[in-house]
Amino acid sequence: MTAVAERPADAPLARRTRVLRKGNEAIAEAAIRAGCDAYFGYPITPQAELLEWMARRMPQEGRAFVQAESELGAINMGLGAAACGKRVLVSSSSPGMSLMAEAMSYMAGSEVPIVVVNVMRGGPGLGSIGPGQGDYWQATRGHGHGDYRVPVLAPSSIGEAMDLVATSFEIAEKYRTPVILLADGILGQAMEPVEETYRTPPRQDADWALSGADGRPPRVVKSLHLKPEALEQHNRHLRAKEAAIRDAEVRWAGERLEDADLAIVAYGTAARVARTAIARARDSGMRAGLFRPISLWPFPDDALRTLARQVRGFLVLEMSAGQMLDDVRLALEGARPVAFHGRTGGMVPTPGEVVAALHRLETRTGGPAR
Amino acid sequence: MTVETPVDEAPRILYAPPELLADRSTTYCPGCGHGVVHRLVAEVLGELGLGPRTIAVAPVGCSVFAYDFLELDFVEAPHGRAPAVATGIRRVMPDAFVLTYQGDGDLAAIGTGEIVHAAARGEAITAVFVNNGIYGMTGGQMAPTTLVGQKTTSCPNGRDPALAGAPIPMTEMLAVLPGVAYAARGSVADASAIGRTKQYLKKACQVQLDRAGFAIVEVLSNCPVGWGMTPVESIAHLRDDVAPVYPPGVIVDRTAAARGG
Repeated sequence: MTAVAERPADAPLARRTRVLRKGNEAIAEAAIRAGCDAYFGYPITPQAELLEWMARRMPQEGRAFVQAESELGAINMGLGAAACGKRVLVSSSSPGMSLMAEAMSYMAGSEVPIVVVNVMRGGPGLGSIGPGQGDYWQATRGHGHGDYRVPVLAPSSIGEAMDLVATSFEIAEKYRTPVILLADGILGQAMEPVEETYRTPPRQDADWALSGADGRPPRVVKSLHLKPEALEQHNRHLRAKEAAIRDAEVRWAGERLEDADLAIVAYGTAARVARTAIARARDSGMRAGLFRPISLWPFPDDALRTLARQVRGFLVLEMSAGQMLDDVRLALEGARPVAFHGRTGGMVPTPGEVVAALHRLETRTGGPAR
Repeated sequence: MTVETPVDEAPRILYAPPELLADRSTTYCPGCGHGVVHRLVAEVLGELGLGPRTIAVAPVGCSVFAYDFLELDFVEAPHGRAPAVATGIRRVMPDAFVLTYQGDGDLAAIGTGEIVHAAARGEAITAVFVNNGIYGMTGGQMAPTTLVGQKTTSCPNGRDPALAGAPIPMTEMLAVLPGVAYAARGSVADASAIGRTKQYLKKACQVQLDRAGFAIVEVLSNCPVGWGMTPVESIAHLRDDVAPVYPPGVIVDRTAAARGG
């Protein structure tokens, strides 16, 4: 599955629906076309072009743009605008996401729908400005304090990122929850040819949103429930919502899995590397395929367990020291061997490294099955 | 003494609580000034007809409960972030009246970045800043506005400026920013101070309606429990010891300059 549509060979060039666009800018434009009413951000590499695109385009559309004083300011402006039922995008990169953790928790607790883009870089700390996937735990474990999760969508191409922006708004508004679009420095900075096709999700009836108590009782958007019984009841409600999201919003893609006896599990840019490595491995006779989670939470546990009946072993490939690895192990419950290969600090694994890791996995799982 | 009511005169309402103030018992401590400030906010918004248009932002601290007492749409902000939350509302709700209600821990400590930049942008929002010089909800710790020498649970020997600095005059600091159209400081120390505070609040609301810029009214208030005083003692302390450090009055009014007055 790929979200970048191929133009038929005989399509007239004059139609020119394909453009070469940088990931950060493509995400920004997709949000505008999806009906984003307000954007708030703060400059940070490698997502600054997203802010810059919005600075130019949002005023053209008569919509709200503010460069905030900090990521704290940006995400809380987002909270305020989203509490009024508006479609809101906020973006940052890893260190800035840490500052946003507080408001993410508040918005999950007060059920405020918002889409937050994290263009991940190398960490921890100030880390590097190179691409990374080290915020997987942070994103998939709810991001802030307290007991909750938020949906996390991970594109692996710029075209897919554009489509997932609209999906993120849909999920956010359907379930009244923050949604994280988890990209990385390569997806943000690289340019790819993309189809200029956009989706504008229909608006939900926001009968909770703030507009002034005119002819109706006042509404309060809040996360404070001082009575333990009341807070537990609220948390049960959040759990039920999360269960509904687990049931309906699992997304993943498989490539060359039909005859595979080894599978790489990778998302985002790492999945692009895996695709190349799988092609090379197959050239040498190895039957490898790619399992690519698109929703990192909810994680596609069932699909992975089903695949475990077919393949002998899994190789988890990440631009981290091994974070999604936990979810793969939890899903498989020891059913198959799980190997790991990762690079950190802004380094990207090479296809050669991945092929070598596949060979080690093959040996460990009983040698070539051909 | 008996009072005869003439049978030919219809009963007249001499006193009624403001419609925007909820009809319920307070949960604030005995003698706390928040009740007075809540009432002033309810009166002013009611008199200006702003209740149905208002989206208010509640802080973290004692006054998070403002939404239990004011019949307004409310959103709860993380600690100190109310001015950023209000900015987000302001930018997408052009017809709304946007109000923040913050204490001194919220506005003058953890939320200094947010208040300074909302003021600097000249956001058309009205900030009510209740300064009682202490963290009430968490049990009476030192605030940035705690007086020198004042004892709190986190400065048990009194605030030492060599260790904790001097009290921060937030409203004077904000008043130097060109985006601030109006800044004033009132008090709940006595009836005349409360009356003046109401006029400041009304002006700060009008400033927003006129889109003249950011408006803030600091209200010196008391915290009898946190200060370890009776309500009566706390009012005397507010008048005699707090007000001289934070002089009440209009601190800046750029709307007058705009009119050439």
